Amino acid sequence: MSLSAGWYLGLAALVFSIGAIGLLVRRNVLIMFMCIELMLNAANLTFVTFARVLNDIGGQAIVFFVLVVAAAEVVVGLGIVVTNFRRRSTTVADDLHSLKG
Amino acid sequence: MLHVAYLMPLFPLAGFLVLVAAGRRIGDPVAGWIGTLAVAAAFVVACLTLGGLLNQPDAHRLFVHDYFTWFHVGGLNVPVGILVDPLSVTMVMFITGVSMVIHLYSIAYMKGDPDYPKFFIYMNLFVFSMLVLVLANNLLLTFVGWEGVGVCSYWLVSFWFHRDSAASAGKKAFIYNRIGDAGFLLAIFLIFEKTGTVQYTGGPGGGIFGQLHHLGGGTGTAAVLLLFLAATGKSAQIPLFNWLPDAMEGPTPVSALIHAATMVTAGVYLLCRMNHLLALTHAGMEVIAIIGGVTAFVAATIACAQQDIKKVLAFSTISQIGYMILAVGSGAYVAAIFLMVSHAFFKGLLFLGAGSAIHGLDNEQDLKRMGALRKTMQWTTITFTVGWLAIAGIPPLAGFWSKGDVLDNVYSHYKVLWFLGLITAVLTAYYMTRLQVLAFGGEPRWDKIGPHGEPPLHAPHESPWVMRLPLVILAVAAFFGGLLDLPWIHHDSFEGWLGPVFAGSLYNDHLHAGGEWALALTDLAAALIGVIVGFALWRGAQVDKPQLEPQFLQRVWYWDDFYDALIGRPSQKLATFCAWVVDVRIIDGAVNGMASVVRATGSATRKLQSGYVRNYALGIAVGMAALIVFLLSRTWWS
Repeated sequence: MSLSAGWYLGLAALVFSIGAIGLLVRRNVLIMFMCIELMLNAANLTFVTFARVLNDIGGQAIVFFVLVVAAAEVVVGLGIVVTNFRRRSTTVADDLHSLKG
Repeated sequence: MLHVAYLMPLFPLAGFLVLVAAGRRIGDPVAGWIGTLAVAAAFVVACLTLGGLLNQPDAHRLFVHDYFTWFHVGGLNVPVGILVDPLSVTMVMFITGVSMVIHLYSIAYMKGDPDYPKFFIYMNLFVFSMLVLVLANNLLLTFVGWEGVGVCSYWLVSFWFHRDSAASAGKKAFIYNRIGDAGFLLAIFLIFEKTGTVQYTGGPGGGIFGQLHHLGGGTGTAAVLLLFLAATGKSAQIPLFNWLPDAMEGPTPVSALIHAATMVTAGVYLLCRMNHLLALTHAGMEVIAIIGGVTAFVAATIACAQQDIKKVLAFSTISQIGYMILAVGSGAYVAAIFLMVSHAFFKGLLFLGAGSAIHGLDNEQDLKRMGALRKTMQWTTITFTVGWLAIAGIPPLAGFWSKGDVLDNVYSHYKVLWFLGLITAVLTAYYMTRLQVLAFGGEPRWDKIGPHGEPPLHAPHESPWVMRLPLVILAVAAFFGGLLDLPWIHHDSFEGWLGPVFAGSLYNDHLHAGGEWALALTDLAAALIGVIVGFALWRGAQVDKPQLEPQFLQRVWYWDDFYDALIGRPSQKLATFCAWVVDVRIIDGAVNGMASVVRATGSATRKLQSGYVRNYALGIAVGMAALIVFLLSRTWWS
């Protein structure tokens, strides 16, 4: 059996919204990171769905790029978070506002 | 020996380069000797050139040679080459000769100056430029020399630039000369436009002198008047004469060499060099004669009321150059050159004598503080007396013959100007007698308290031999200089020698013998009247005679005040306006206004940068939402 594309897209929209809202409301940097990963994967799900619906391999190829970029981004981001934690003993994003204008 | 003539400017140039490279290390006094030897070598070459030229028959005394091309653009071909003819050789003979003795004099005069080598660097560069000026075979190369002597004059006038007066005198000299130089440039442009060449003679089409038919009528007059403007600047004639008295701020040897003997006569040389062009325009010649005569008179009146010994001599120089210009305007080029040469001797002598007196009195230049120098400075007194009698026009000294020659020629053309010249001769004898009596005669005043409470000066002392020797040499030259052109010898004298250069443009009407005698006696009477009046008025112990030194003459006929009111103060107002309104308000206003706008925008928008990540994330989310709504709405509408 196969579900219609609408289910997949609905799930992707739901996951994306959870990620977006989580990013806006949570203060912990690590949680915010996870939220970003949720959003990225929601986008990936959308890509895959459309690749199947439209019978175009391009959508699936882009997902690999997104995964690679996400992995790289996690490496850099977690590096920053760890360094910051060593220096300031905090993972609360709102404490890191010394760049305000 | 004509082919060695090119070495002449190279020796002073070599001296200049050596002193630039190593002057500081060589130091005092060897640097001075090197400079002097460089000029002496040039003098030797000048003598060889003179000998070579004398060996040629009269009509073939012309040697033009191009060494290389300076530049070649379109139809303009400018070579670097020399023109050796009796005129240029006469010039280089007295230029190198007088320069040599003045360099010698400077060795002692400048002793102890912290910038001793620099002085000789400038002096050698000056001699080089002056030789380029007179030896050049085209107008553009002459202009190079013309500018070279101008800039050396500027450096040497403001040699003691730590004094404000010297620094501004240098600027004044430079700016006045700039006005004349603009005239020179325009004249070159005009002549090139019409004739297609800048070479005097030779080259394609025979040079400027071969293309004179293109310069007829108004064009020729315009070119002559522009050249004359250049001459008024360099030779300190009305209306550009004011810089020369201020130029006395320079060291005295500079005044003697540059501002009396050589550079200031460059204008006269230029007009003589272009004599074939001058011959085309009667109106131009009249203007030249009138300006020369009036300048001679005006400067002579001013010289009667000056207190500074060097200022008297400066105005005297302006007056004597006025005579030369007057002679040029009367077509008497030989008389002009004759007066130029003898003036170089006696005015160089007078300046060096004055320098010796100033040196002996610890740099005091005020005539009213001198007096009785004859008792301690015999050499200076005797030689200065020769200079005084020569310029006053007492026979048989040089001034009598040369000034007489000028006045004779003027008499046959412009009777009014001749009369003005005669009065000038009386004034010349008068102010020089006044100078002589105040400085060397009477009782000493240097041991008294000065008019403004200055302490008494040390007793004057005679100068060392390196300063006395030039005085003696120039005194001999000033005494016997008249032999160069005695009026009853026509061929074996200046007249026969220089005649071919001015062939065709010399007004050649000789007075009959009786007329010459009458004029000579008139000149002598004028000189004697001046001397006697000078003695009668200035003999006593009383030296403050305000009725004989009216403010009008002391202030130079208010000429400087006139220029100040006409040009100086309006320019200053304009400059103040530009500085405080245009610059501060408009230009700075625009720049600062731009900066304030940027800063205001920055302070207004920096509030957006809160530093909270969630704010930025919200911004992105809202932006995305807005974008989606926008895209959806477009789909709906269409």
